[in-house]
Amino acid sequence: MKRRVPLAMVFIVSLFMVIQYFVPLDSLAWMYQYLLDWTIIIGVFALLLGIWSLWHVSYGKIKQRAENWQYSIVTLAGLFIMIISGFIPGWGNLNNYVYEHLFYYVLVPIQATMFSLLAFFISSAAFRAFRARSILASLLLFAGLVIMLRFVPMGPVSTVVADLAGWILRVPNMAAKRAIIIGIGLGAMATAFKIMFGIERSYLGRD
Amino acid sequence: MNAGKLLSYIILAIVVIAFVVSIALKGFLVTVGAFLTLFIFSFLYKDNPYYKFAEHLFVGASAAYWMSMGFWKTMVPNLFGKLYPPMVAWAVPALKNNPAQPLMLIPLVLGILLLMRLSSKAGWISRWALAFIVGTTAGLNLVRYLRSDFIQQINNTVFSLYVTNASGFDLGATISNVIIFGGVICGLIYFFFSKEHKGAFGAGARTGIIVLMITFGASFGYTVMARISLLVGRMQFLFGDWLGMIR
Repeated sequence: MKRRVPLAMVFIVSLFMVIQYFVPLDSLAWMYQYLLDWTIIIGVFALLLGIWSLWHVSYGKIKQRAENWQYSIVTLAGLFIMIISGFIPGWGNLNNYVYEHLFYYVLVPIQATMFSLLAFFISSAAFRAFRARSILASLLLFAGLVIMLRFVPMGPVSTVVADLAGWILRVPNMAAKRAIIIGIGLGAMATAFKIMFGIERSYLGRD
Repeated sequence: MNAGKLLSYIILAIVVIAFVVSIALKGFLVTVGAFLTLFIFSFLYKDNPYYKFAEHLFVGASAAYWMSMGFWKTMVPNLFGKLYPPMVAWAVPALKNNPAQPLMLIPLVLGILLLMRLSSKAGWISRWALAFIVGTTAGLNLVRYLRSDFIQQINNTVFSLYVTNASGFDLGATISNVIIFGGVICGLIYFFFSKEHKGAFGAGARTGIIVLMITFGASFGYTVMARISLLVGRMQFLFGDWLGMIR
């Protein structure tokens, strides 16, 4: 019951997902749509587990006065304010004032700024790593520079740089990307087969 | 009180005063957004309490944000709205007259089984729900990757290496096609580690590296531009929406 049932479930469900693609019957398409909906719904239950875990870890830190426990109060405050604003009965759905403004004035600034921080770190990394020490490094440097300069207004040179950037993206870039994607595809298919036939079973955990 | 602590109190006082003044001048919401932006930027100096504050706030708020989204966008229309439509008619009136679908009890039961993970004795039963998700995802990915990442990519690579147009032979397009075809083959050779990269095979692998380096450079350039545009957005917010220096 602990291991065989889940392994059998994985095999049956994954086999069905494969079969429905190759056998275009209405009944299979109908079941396929149900399975997709069910997976998404169960995924939301998994989110609940995540919320519980966050609460458990943060509350534990506060209770034990662990290092930096004060910040856990901030985490829980953010969690509860957002949950209350999103769930209060009567506010109906996500189009309520508090929820929307928390999103636009708390989440968006933090997230966008965190990602924009990478502009500084990537520049600093480039300063150290982008040296034309070999032909391969020079190619990397050249391609990076052309792509970065393609939107920079430089008079008559702009057209040449934009054309070159377009060619790099359409030809050598696409060639390597395709090789990488084919490799990813093969790896993903192999992993899916391993899961399907119970060779890969780390999702079951121990015991 | 040592100098470091005194300095941190002075900085805190300045932040609080600036926050209050900003609220009075610009309003609460813009001030909150601006200060959270500055808190995150403060990491460029070093890890500090202001950055940690914003970071922890983000963790809590974003977890709740996704939970609320999941509830209103998935649970309400797809689970409750299909199990018993009148229950959610107040939130999604369009579902009011839909027929009930008893089959939707299955994901509800599986979802509850997933929550059993919190129990130390019956935690193992959550594997059933997990197995369902893993199974559907594995089956779905198998077909999806086979179709889009494998067959489709090969299909797009197998084309004519001798290109003509209305005026005859097209040298530029022919060279491009040869580079794409050769680049894909050499890239794949580079990633094939079951055979030693020697002789003709090694030459192919070395050519593969050249194409890969160009791609990495292009990806790097793309990433930099994307991050810079985000940075520009934050600067516009700070100097435009908040300080009013950009009109």
